[in-house]
Amino acid sequence: MNTTKPITVLDSLNSGLHQAFRDNPKVFMLGEDILDPYGGAFKVSRGLSNAFPKRVITTPISEAGITGIAGGMALRGLRPIVEIMFGDFSTLIADQVINHLAKFQMMYHQQVSVPVLIRTPMGGRRGYGPTHSQTLEKFFLGVPGLTVLAPFHLQGEQPLGMPGQLLYEAILSADTPVLFVENKLQYLLRLLKPSDLAEFDLSILRSNHKPQHDTYKFSIHAAPQPNITLAAYGYMAHLALQAMLELAYEHEIFCELLVPTRLAPFELTPLFDSIARTGRLLTVEEGTLTLGWGAEVLARAAEVLGPDLKQARRLAAKETVIPAAPQLEADCLPNTNDIIRTVREMIVKR
Amino acid sequence: MDENARFYQLLYTIRAFESLLLEKFPTGIFHGTTHTSLGQEANAVGVLSHLAENDVVVSNHRCHGHFLAYGGDPQALFAELLGKPGGLCGGIGGSQHIHWRNFYASGIQGGTLAMAAGMSLAEKYTAKDTIVVDFMGDGTLGEGIVYECLNMISLWQTPLLIVLENNQIAQTTPAHMTIAGSLTQRFEAFNLPTTYLDTSDILVIAPIASELIDKVRSERHPQVLIITTARLGAHSKGDDTRPKQELEQLWQSRDPVAIQGVRLTEAERQHINQAVDERIQSALMTALAMKSDQR
Repeated sequence: MNTTKPITVLDSLNSGLHQAFRDNPKVFMLGEDILDPYGGAFKVSRGLSNAFPKRVITTPISEAGITGIAGGMALRGLRPIVEIMFGDFSTLIADQVINHLAKFQMMYHQQVSVPVLIRTPMGGRRGYGPTHSQTLEKFFLGVPGLTVLAPFHLQGEQPLGMPGQLLYEAILSADTPVLFVENKLQYLLRLLKPSDLAEFDLSILRSNHKPQHDTYKFSIHAAPQPNITLAAYGYMAHLALQAMLELAYEHEIFCELLVPTRLAPFELTPLFDSIARTGRLLTVEEGTLTLGWGAEVLARAAEVLGPDLKQARRLAAKETVIPAAPQLEADCLPNTNDIIRTVREMIVKR
Repeated sequence: MDENARFYQLLYTIRAFESLLLEKFPTGIFHGTTHTSLGQEANAVGVLSHLAENDVVVSNHRCHGHFLAYGGDPQALFAELLGKPGGLCGGIGGSQHIHWRNFYASGIQGGTLAMAAGMSLAEKYTAKDTIVVDFMGDGTLGEGIVYECLNMISLWQTPLLIVLENNQIAQTTPAHMTIAGSLTQRFEAFNLPTTYLDTSDILVIAPIASELIDKVRSERHPQVLIITTARLGAHSKGDDTRPKQELEQLWQSRDPVAIQGVRLTEAERQHINQAVDERIQSALMTALAMKSDQR
């Protein structure tokens, strides 16, 4: 499958992994149930163990252990990838990430590098219930020494597609640990090609910070100046794009959407540039509200923009466990209608 | 210098370093805290005397003895403990987070075994004869990640020697209140070949350690060495709650420096003590004189 052109985010990530294994013999992967023919619970790793049998290691159910072991491998010159089957299990690796991997380079005074890439799918809407549906990356934002990335479903100019390219670059060029946050529903999204984006103007803002990553800026093509900035990443950015279209065509409210692919360290200059023009900010995330990604984005926007930030809101999951029953689950996670409603409230109130 | 004298010199070097450290701590020149290995020096010297140049050592919060036995420079360690920019890790790591060449120490219990397991897995794939030695304590056996790692080390047969320094006390809590069942069986349950010693005598430890290291190196399989030992000092500085009498008995029966010392003549001992004391004093003085400005 890795020889065909990627169609979905899943294909793209899988292609990125294959390319990284092909290009660097120091790349290894550890994870649970990652061997073919199963290829990992969400199939992102499929084909790897057949193609690179010595470098793909299936492990016991020991998330902390394999993350720590990856840290040791990295200290000795390898580039291990760890697959954590569900993002919910990231709590099990927190000590290894925070107290070990993310610290090594700084506490050993820049004398070591720790190129570990940890991939994991967050997110609900699949009916998996309270412990297999969460979006927990907020707990890993702001950990010194840790980079957190989240792909977006854009084809872009890269043959791997942007998700796979982001993953590939992070595996091969990072020298400190990276948490790569995927999303279960995002896997199935088709990569957006220029023909899919006829209604949008898209700017790709490339950062110079390694590993290479982008911020994407979307606005409605040939529309009046936008008067609100949306900020979202990953699957929520997909929902925000849909909301943008409906807001434009049904309500004549024009938004600009900023989609970062690096969540931490925070790198928000393109977002601030947009807010400086629109005066309004709405952040959208699938994790719970309190002390979340949006809270930090708002705080930074307020510090940088002062009175230029006239109005700001956060949209996030309700602060409850995520129920298994479909309607109950849908009620607690933010959706496209929630985005539309919140934007309308913000605009109409003024 | 014969082997007896060389072992004694190494043991006494660690003792002199840590004694001076504890002596000077109340003067305020050192910041924070420290964990010394008084009484456990024979484990460090007995095991690490057999390392090859590229072998890797992973240590823990009680790492000064391991570092010095590895061949580390006392002055660089003092400089680190003093927070000097020229210290081993620029003063960032301090007492329990040091790295030099292939020596790595860190302060979270259990996590260092994962680090060592990963390093040994890397060596398995990339090196022909390099091995990894991990030091852990009996207190660390309370951490769950230890068992995750023992399982994987055994499954993947990595070139790792685990040295469990069983000083029978975790900070202030005696092992009988924290460890159920048998120490050796904990490792044997994972099919890890386990050797048990109860000694503070380097002449007992060194040949066994040498044999185990040779085995790990040639067979590329893990081994475990449990050494029941005695911590003669406090966990860190002033936090020893054991009865005085118990400590006195331990000092009389389990002091590795004294045990090895009787194998030398009084003159030999004095000669070594004097030279080592001077070297350690001078290391501290030189470290103290190093540039302090962190910015």
